[in-house]
Amino acid sequence: MESLTDTTVNIDLNEKTVRDLNAALHAPTAKSYHVTNPQGVHSVAVGIKDEIDVEVDGDVGYFCGGMHQKGNLTVSGMAGPGVGENMMSGKIHIKGHASQSAAATAHGGLLVVDGNASTRCGISLKGGDIVVKGNIGGLSAFMAQAGRMVICGDAGEALGDSIFEARLYVRGTVASLGADCIAKEMRDEHREELVQLLKDAGMEDEANDDDYVNSFTRYGSARTLYHFNSGE
Amino acid sequence: MCGIAGIHLRDESLVPQLGSLMHDMVEGIVVRGPDSAGLALYGDRHRLPEDYSSVSMLDAPNDIKQLVADKLPQNADVSVEEFAETTFVRAKVFSKELAQVVREVAPDAMIIGTGDDSVVYKGVGNPMDLRETYRLSEATGWQGVIHTRLATESAVDAEGAHPYSVGNGLSMVHNGSFSNHATIRRELEDEGVEFDSQNDTEVAARFISYRMEEKGDDLDSALKELSRTFDGFYTLLVTTENGFAVARDEFACKPAIVAEHPKWVAMASEFQAISHLPGIEDAKIFEPEPGKVYTWNH
Repeated sequence: MESLTDTTVNIDLNEKTVRDLNAALHAPTAKSYHVTNPQGVHSVAVGIKDEIDVEVDGDVGYFCGGMHQKGNLTVSGMAGPGVGENMMSGKIHIKGHASQSAAATAHGGLLVVDGNASTRCGISLKGGDIVVKGNIGGLSAFMAQAGRMVICGDAGEALGDSIFEARLYVRGTVASLGADCIAKEMRDEHREELVQLLKDAGMEDEANDDDYVNSFTRYGSARTLYHFNSGE
Repeated sequence: MCGIAGIHLRDESLVPQLGSLMHDMVEGIVVRGPDSAGLALYGDRHRLPEDYSSVSMLDAPNDIKQLVADKLPQNADVSVEEFAETTFVRAKVFSKELAQVVREVAPDAMIIGTGDDSVVYKGVGNPMDLRETYRLSEATGWQGVIHTRLATESAVDAEGAHPYSVGNGLSMVHNGSFSNHATIRRELEDEGVEFDSQNDTEVAARFISYRMEEKGDDLDSALKELSRTFDGFYTLLVTTENGFAVARDEFACKPAIVAEHPKWVAMASEFQAISHLPGIEDAKIFEPEPGKVYTWNH
């Protein structure tokens, strides 16, 4: 890391391919990268494994920031399906909307979406955190095993179907709950966790507003599906 | 995998720009379907002046213009133009009459579209080249839809390209596959509906046409009936000579994004196909919900 320069490297995707971009990000020479003209191409900035800042100016296609391991990735635009899929740690910030399957199977790290996220957000979540400032689509948090999701808007149909131990905080309405997903009591530890997640997502004012924090409902597993009753 | 993009204009002032807007939409969906492309345009008065109708066909005989003209009144002003594999026939009669004559004089040809306000082209090749063949940038009109195909279930030929246009001016483009289309095909055949191909999308298009023409459904209720009847994966964009509709199956695996602006409504497989539209930053942008039907009328 000592060898990284303080300069910002610009990469124009009108001139370079995504492969060139990702090769440069996998062997970084600078602490900061600025990517222009993505124009919806797929697999932008996947597998970053160093503490670098990458800013993408424009819209990205499928799987942006997949397998993200370290550093901060910011997209000033829309993100296609599977943004941050299987991310391990670090932070990804989408300033527009995100399409379906955002942060699917994420093991760690934080995905922040300023707009809405579509269906299957956090599907099979394995320990990552997701903060969506808008709404999320149906079938979100399906079989989510671990990790936290904060939804500042509304959630679509079948939220948390067959959920394991992920914790969901929803401020708005939930169109319907999936099998074995129930509303749960917000204890102090949950309130603290929610406040920290809001702060991590840059929502300092909301995190310090008790009324805002108290307007969330926690959802999680009723634990009737995966413990398999003996039938007695 | 296929690419879909369509636009429905609400503001008359954009009518002259329809083609140039659609020309750039192709760039956002060509990666999803590089082997063939089809197009339906509504209200292009240069291609189809008022009181004229169109029939688009594949495998037309060389003397189709003379064959059709011989059967129609002298003032019918028959003209024929080739666009890739499509032979486009135009005449100053109603489309039903023109289609009947075409069927009579060219029984071996395949009709891929008829309309009083719409034209359909299909062809094989890279969509980036086909958009020039179709002279898309010059097109005008109030509505248009384009499909780029990556064939998975049947051969790469013009017949397999979308849109599937059946009935008068009804076009369907489909990303996905239906699993119970053979059963529905048999049921429709029992009702007297005839089919041109073995394709699953044709069954859905004929189902919509049948519901609208025989059962009194409008576009919205016909699509809701389709959702109840068909099993499979689908994102559909259906256009008629007065409407624009989007429907997705209950799981909504096939991508779709809609942008709604006071001056237009657009739908595409990927946001990139509509990101250039004028005023996109003010549009309401959303992914259509699973199992829901959205319709807009002209």
